[in-house]
Amino acid sequence: MRGVFSLDVVSGILNTMVGLATPFLYAAIGETFAQSSGVVNLGVDGIMLLSAFAAFYVSLISGSLWLGLAAAAAVGLILGLLMSLVSVTLKAEQGVSGIGLYMFGLGMSSLLFKVLVGTVKTLQGFKPLHIPLLGDIPFVGPILFNNNILVYGAFLLVPLSWWILEKTTLGLKIKSVGQNPAAADSLGISVNGIRYLSVCAGAALAGIAGASLSISLLDLFQDNLTAGQGFIAVALVYFGGWSPFGVLAGALLFSVVNSFQLWMQVLGVKIPANIAVMLPYLLTIAALTVTVNRARQPAALNKPFERGES
Amino acid sequence: MKLKRVLIAFVLVSALVAGVAAAPFRIAVIMPSATTDMAFSQSMWGALLTIQKEMGGPSALEIKYTDNMFNVPDAAAAIRDYASQGFDIVIAHGSQYGSSVQEIAPDFPKVTFAWGTDVNTFGMKNVYAYTAAAEQGGFVNGVLAAKLTKSQKIGVTGPVEVGDAKTYIDGFVQGVMSVNKGITVSKTWTGSFSDVALMTAAAKTHIASGADVLTGSSQSVVGSIGAAKDAGKVLWFGTQADQASLAPALVVASQVYDWTGMLRDIISQHKAGVLGGKTYVLTLENGGLKVAYNPSYSLPKAAKSAGDAAIAGITKGSIKVEP
Amino acid sequence: MGELELPSDRESAIPLNPTGSAFDWSKVVLNVLLPVAGVVAALLIGAIMLLLLGANPIAAFAAMINGAAGSKFGITQTLVKATPLLLVGSGICIAFRANMIHIGGEGQIIVGALAGAWLPLSFPTVSGWLLIPATCIVGFMAGAVWGFIPGILKARLRVNEILSTIMMNAIAQQLMNLLLQGALMDPEGIAHGTFLAQSAQLPRQAWLPRLVPQTLLHGGAIIAVVLAVAVYLFLWRTTIGYDIRAVGLNPNAARYSGINVPYYEALSLTLAGGFAGLAGAIEVMGVQHRLMDGLTSGYGFTGIVAALLGGLHPLGLIPASIFFGGLLVGADKMQRAVQVPSSLVMAILGLIVLFVSSAAIWSRRWAARRRIAEQLDKEGQP
Repeated sequence: MRGVFSLDVVSGILNTMVGLATPFLYAAIGETFAQSSGVVNLGVDGIMLLSAFAAFYVSLISGSLWLGLAAAAAVGLILGLLMSLVSVTLKAEQGVSGIGLYMFGLGMSSLLFKVLVGTVKTLQGFKPLHIPLLGDIPFVGPILFNNNILVYGAFLLVPLSWWILEKTTLGLKIKSVGQNPAAADSLGISVNGIRYLSVCAGAALAGIAGASLSISLLDLFQDNLTAGQGFIAVALVYFGGWSPFGVLAGALLFSVVNSFQLWMQVLGVKIPANIAVMLPYLLTIAALTVTVNRARQPAALNKPFERGES
Repeated sequence: MKLKRVLIAFVLVSALVAGVAAAPFRIAVIMPSATTDMAFSQSMWGALLTIQKEMGGPSALEIKYTDNMFNVPDAAAAIRDYASQGFDIVIAHGSQYGSSVQEIAPDFPKVTFAWGTDVNTFGMKNVYAYTAAAEQGGFVNGVLAAKLTKSQKIGVTGPVEVGDAKTYIDGFVQGVMSVNKGITVSKTWTGSFSDVALMTAAAKTHIASGADVLTGSSQSVVGSIGAAKDAGKVLWFGTQADQASLAPALVVASQVYDWTGMLRDIISQHKAGVLGGKTYVLTLENGGLKVAYNPSYSLPKAAKSAGDAAIAGITKGSIKVEP
Repeated sequence: MGELELPSDRESAIPLNPTGSAFDWSKVVLNVLLPVAGVVAALLIGAIMLLLLGANPIAAFAAMINGAAGSKFGITQTLVKATPLLLVGSGICIAFRANMIHIGGEGQIIVGALAGAWLPLSFPTVSGWLLIPATCIVGFMAGAVWGFIPGILKARLRVNEILSTIMMNAIAQQLMNLLLQGALMDPEGIAHGTFLAQSAQLPRQAWLPRLVPQTLLHGGAIIAVVLAVAVYLFLWRTTIGYDIRAVGLNPNAARYSGINVPYYEALSLTLAGGFAGLAGAIEVMGVQHRLMDGLTSGYGFTGIVAALLGGLHPLGLIPASIFFGGLLVGADKMQRAVQVPSSLVMAILGLIVLFVSSAAIWSRRWAARRRIAEQLDKEGQP
């Protein structure tokens, strides 16, 4: 039996981690945009589900994975518009509207799956793309540079979104709307407009997260495919302190522990399986107690904006 | 005059008989997950549809269903509602429905209640209980897996160690051990019946550690099958439903729950006036459990004969599998 | 240059009755009619979906109403569903009023149910008069612990409560799996080789009495109503309750006036957890009479919806829980009557929640206008 920490095992753990982290990255970074502008979207899991189905179904009937991916982003966008309408324009209580969106997404995806597909089918999803040179580096190569395109996209999204939020005017606007909408409004920024944009962008990214499950990592659709991963993604936004790199750290931590506990089970380490499954959640909480995150949440988070109310 | 009376009587009786014959047999079924789960619920749903076709279609057998009933009081409402609508048989296809059946059955003495998977009929005359000896098919799959593994490493991707997931896997391990005690069987449990992503990761972990044969249980094993497909040469053994369609090149065999025999029996018994009081156990012997070899996979002769021998042994009783 | 006043100083995140009183009839009318209008709008979209699936919407909605209110069983079933909604919702009222927005109900219900099963099974010979209250207390405490952990993490380390409660939910689920596989598994299941994911049946004296024969309505409904009233009194008639609400309305002002804000944040999360835990214990004692996987049925989320429907007011929560419970029961009946997939029911319920949550805006706008009007009144406009 190989040692628990042989190079093979570590490489395997990190490889699995990359796959597990991908949907979290898309969804959590999307939610980071939304929350940075002041809107909490708890319906991410529902968006992921409906978009995952859309990606799967469109890919299945059209034969084109890219069309499926576009469909997923489009479904996400539409649901984002719905969420914006309800939460920004109609100023609904965002926690509840998010739950409603989740229920809707869960129900609609199952319904459409049952009516349009009827039974579990698999398709050929995005194939792993071996990057020449980089992919041949020992150890690092197989983990990082032998994945499919959506996985690469997820990791590239991190610095990209950081750059947008920190280094562009748009990012500045988004954050100001989230911190002090009244001031932003007086400076001529359309608070609701920016919020619409952020929520929709976030929802479209959640849609791609769904697609990453159904047409790249799992290559199928089934009832409740996400099994609550959308909620974990929302949690990761808080963990990461509304910073894309923080979100990356959270997604990697959660995924690596999950991958590690599976390896422990396979190698026969004598720990009850249920405790092993708990580990990612326990360690996420533990990490918070150790590295106290000093980031303040966007001051206007979860508060609908109305001109004249301040 | 007498002829007229006879004719009238004849017409009336025929109308009566026709009326009775025209009324369809009615079955209602309540299930805890979706009919598309390719596992527990789908197996019963598929069996009912088969019986319906056999009997001549919806006009002969009316089926009403309610799926995704994981909430017990909701299921109780459904069971009571269907019973009060005069259904002949109400199938409560979920072990969590037991106490509901126990409470409701006495109120509807003319309705047959069938529930599973469990063995308790509560001593009631109109209650059937049913279960599946999943460990039997597990044993056969284990024997086949042991014969087919080249790396001598087998991976088991399980959800939660309860119910027929546990019994199937325990049987599987016994089957492997009966062929070769030196084979390493690793088990993982994801703690969820529906987390496909984690199941896929578990399967990948087994494969990365050297396993070349996998098995598992629950609706989320579609993820394991996907991982096997990605890896290329990893074989799969399924349970609860025939999973060959998901990966025709590497699904070797699946244990299939065939409820049709039991359903036929319950229906005919009901028509004969017996409404319950028996426990059905699906076994290899009574045909309720079948090991469905995948025709697209060419099974080496040695393995096939070992598998057949195992089936025969369990059927005869010479091999005992502990749940 | 002067300090810009942050909106957070003036507004809280939650739509509250600005005047805080319970019996403003015009507000009651608005708070009731608007959500109902939201329900109707969602049902119209549902009707379109029903038509597309080949079902008759009129028959469907008739079945829905019939299911919830058209029979003795339907009405009692509505109350059975309303009970956990009321209990969880009461706790949510406390937490959300302190501005602690969390979604930890699912995990708290689970640990409450675990305790609610463990105690009677461990002491099967104790009289019901002692056993039932003791189990309620133990269930409450278990849930309170599960709420305390996010509470202390928030108070001491400013860990966001949505994050911590999502984690705690998953941990609770695995804890239940662990116990149901081992220590708590029904010995009968082991003996028969079925190994079902459930505990042994609770001893008879731990069963909450059924209020109406041949229905599932149990004594827990009475406990829930009594506790809702108690929570109302707690929040509006005690100093602690006042402090909790002050913390939610304006944490800065509360801090300046000497209130220990983190303490009340933690306290509100702990109490909310307790009520959810109690809901779990009562479900076990009243409905299933044993612990089984899946007992939460999403009440951790639907309890939040009920609480918001009730205006985050415990007395409003009572009719809101009954309404929402009726919606759930009626929707199931509709599924059975027209044989549409239950996922359609879930989708329609989601739309209802979405629409109803947006209907609240009108009452808020209207309430704001009234606020201004009252202000002008006070300033002595002729």
